[in-house]
Amino acid sequence: MAETLKTYGLPVVTFVVVIALWEASLDWFGIPAYLLPRPGAVLSAMQQAYFGGTIWIHVWATLQAMLGGFVLGCSFALLAGGLVAEFRTVERLVYPYVIALQSMPKVALAPLLIVWLGFGIASKVVLVALICFFPMFVNVVVGLRSANPDLVDLYRACSASRWHLFVNVKLPSAASAIFAGLQVALVLALLGAVVGEFVASQRGLGNLIQASSLNFDVATMFASIFTLAIIGVTASSLVRFAHRRIVFWDGSGRRTATTTTTAETA
Amino acid sequence: MSVTPLRGTAAPAEAAARRDAPARLEIRDLSVVYASRQGNVKALDRLSLSVGDGEFVAVLGPSGCGKSTLLKIVSGLLRPSGGQVVLGGRPVVGPRPDVGIVFQQPTLLPWKTVLDNVLVPIRALRRPVAEYQDKAMDLLRLTGLERFAGHYPNELSGGMQQRVAVARGLIHDPALLLMDEPFAALDAMTRERMTAELQAIWMKTGKSVVFITHSIPEAVFLADRVVVLSERPGRLLETIEIDLPRPRRAQTLGEPRFAALCNRLRAFFSVDGHAQ
Ligand SMILES: Nc1ncnc2c1ncn2[C@@H]1O[C@H](COP(=O)(O)OP(=O)(O)OP(=O)(O)O)[C@@H](O)[C@H]1O
Ligand SMILES: [Mg+2]
Repeated sequence: MAETLKTYGLPVVTFVVVIALWEASLDWFGIPAYLLPRPGAVLSAMQQAYFGGTIWIHVWATLQAMLGGFVLGCSFALLAGGLVAEFRTVERLVYPYVIALQSMPKVALAPLLIVWLGFGIASKVVLVALICFFPMFVNVVVGLRSANPDLVDLYRACSASRWHLFVNVKLPSAASAIFAGLQVALVLALLGAVVGEFVASQRGLGNLIQASSLNFDVATMFASIFTLAIIGVTASSLVRFAHRRIVFWDGSGRRTATTTTTAETA
Repeated sequence: MSVTPLRGTAAPAEAAARRDAPARLEIRDLSVVYASRQGNVKALDRLSLSVGDGEFVAVLGPSGCGKSTLLKIVSGLLRPSGGQVVLGGRPVVGPRPDVGIVFQQPTLLPWKTVLDNVLVPIRALRRPVAEYQDKAMDLLRLTGLERFAGHYPNELSGGMQQRVAVARGLIHDPALLLMDEPFAALDAMTRERMTAELQAIWMKTGKSVVFITHSIPEAVFLADRVVVLSERPGRLLETIEIDLPRPRRAQTLGEPRFAALCNRLRAFFSVDGHAQ
């Protein structure tokens, strides 16, 4: 009981302290409201945005770009990773290029994609898909190769078909790494969507932040940023939940078999 | 260690009969050379060995002498560089369903229940699973695990997991069971119990067994015959008949005959008496 109170109570304490410091520092240092609005002003901007309905069209656009690109990029990564891990020839054909492309910052492609695909959603989906592809791809390959060689021998000794071995041993062995890849890809997907919207767009939270910046509407910018944070946290929690549920044998649902970091792949 | 002797109690003669039975496994002049970046590594050198029907043969040898390699060849996972392996009268040219394997680690699938783990070879061999459900339960009973059929491997102790692996090795009724240091990862007490249980299982099932181990007492306790391999490249150094009556029990470990056999084998591995 006391543990539960601590688990949920202490983060609330942090929240209250931060808000109080925020409020207090405005007075202490005399920061003008057009640089840093009061928490109350942000709250009312959020209220207005949510209940006035102005923000939803942007939330929807960003979600579409993020999830569309995420699904597209991760599906391709799963397919390509499977082929590379299973077939030496495919590996030799594509692996050097994939590794080379991985170290290139994909966001640099955003302006080019806008030229090719226009201001609409398509350019954002493709950008997000490109960004998601690489961390997922690497994790799929590493995961599929992490299967216990004795198990592989056991199945081979029983004349198991390649597909049977893949489905029963390799894919489940890779499950944890795949979920770790999904986790990284998801964070990058949101980032990619917002960057794409910054470069050129008609709607989306990135678009809203930029428009508010031109109007010095700092409260709306804060509301958009908080909304992005909420989207990111919710999506991550869903993936973690699915990880624990699906990969039930992997004790803690911890990340394994991967060293991909978020920053360098963006 | 109470064991139901199904093959009669004291019978060195029976061991001799098993040895002279039509060979289940015949290895002739087997050589294996691995091509590696550092050049060729000769793992086995003109090794010949035969295992009778129902015979229990233990293979002893220093680390890296090619014991696991031998197992891979016999199970058809690896092609030899020279020589021939004949199993049940037919040359081994690839994986075959008349071989069962147990590894040093249990290597169970953590996402499958104990029962499904035992049934892995059946599914891989594309045999009808329904027909083997009862057999799987029988094997789990034989290994003392019937209450754990629905559990997942991570809910079992190391010894129990290894027993699941033994049941899995037997499920498709192979004539030959290959065991690669199956108890090496277990603690000494569990290991002793498992050794006795393996003897009981072997006496009930009558399989031919090739049992690889580093432990001299384990080899002497279990085997009809102990085969000693040299350092790499593995060559046959000596074959020793173990004429201790069965079933061997805890007391067997204290008998002078047992100690004498162990000492004879130990001589091959001692620093001074290094046979080459
Ligand atoms: N795939 C391989 N490529 C190259 N060399 C190999 C390969 N597998 C094994 N070897 C070499 O062959 C020799 C025999 O290996 P093996 O695994 O059969 O030994 P072992 O007798 O089982 O050893 P241990 O008792 O330590 O398990 C070793 O020296 C090893 O380095
Ligand atoms: Mg070995």
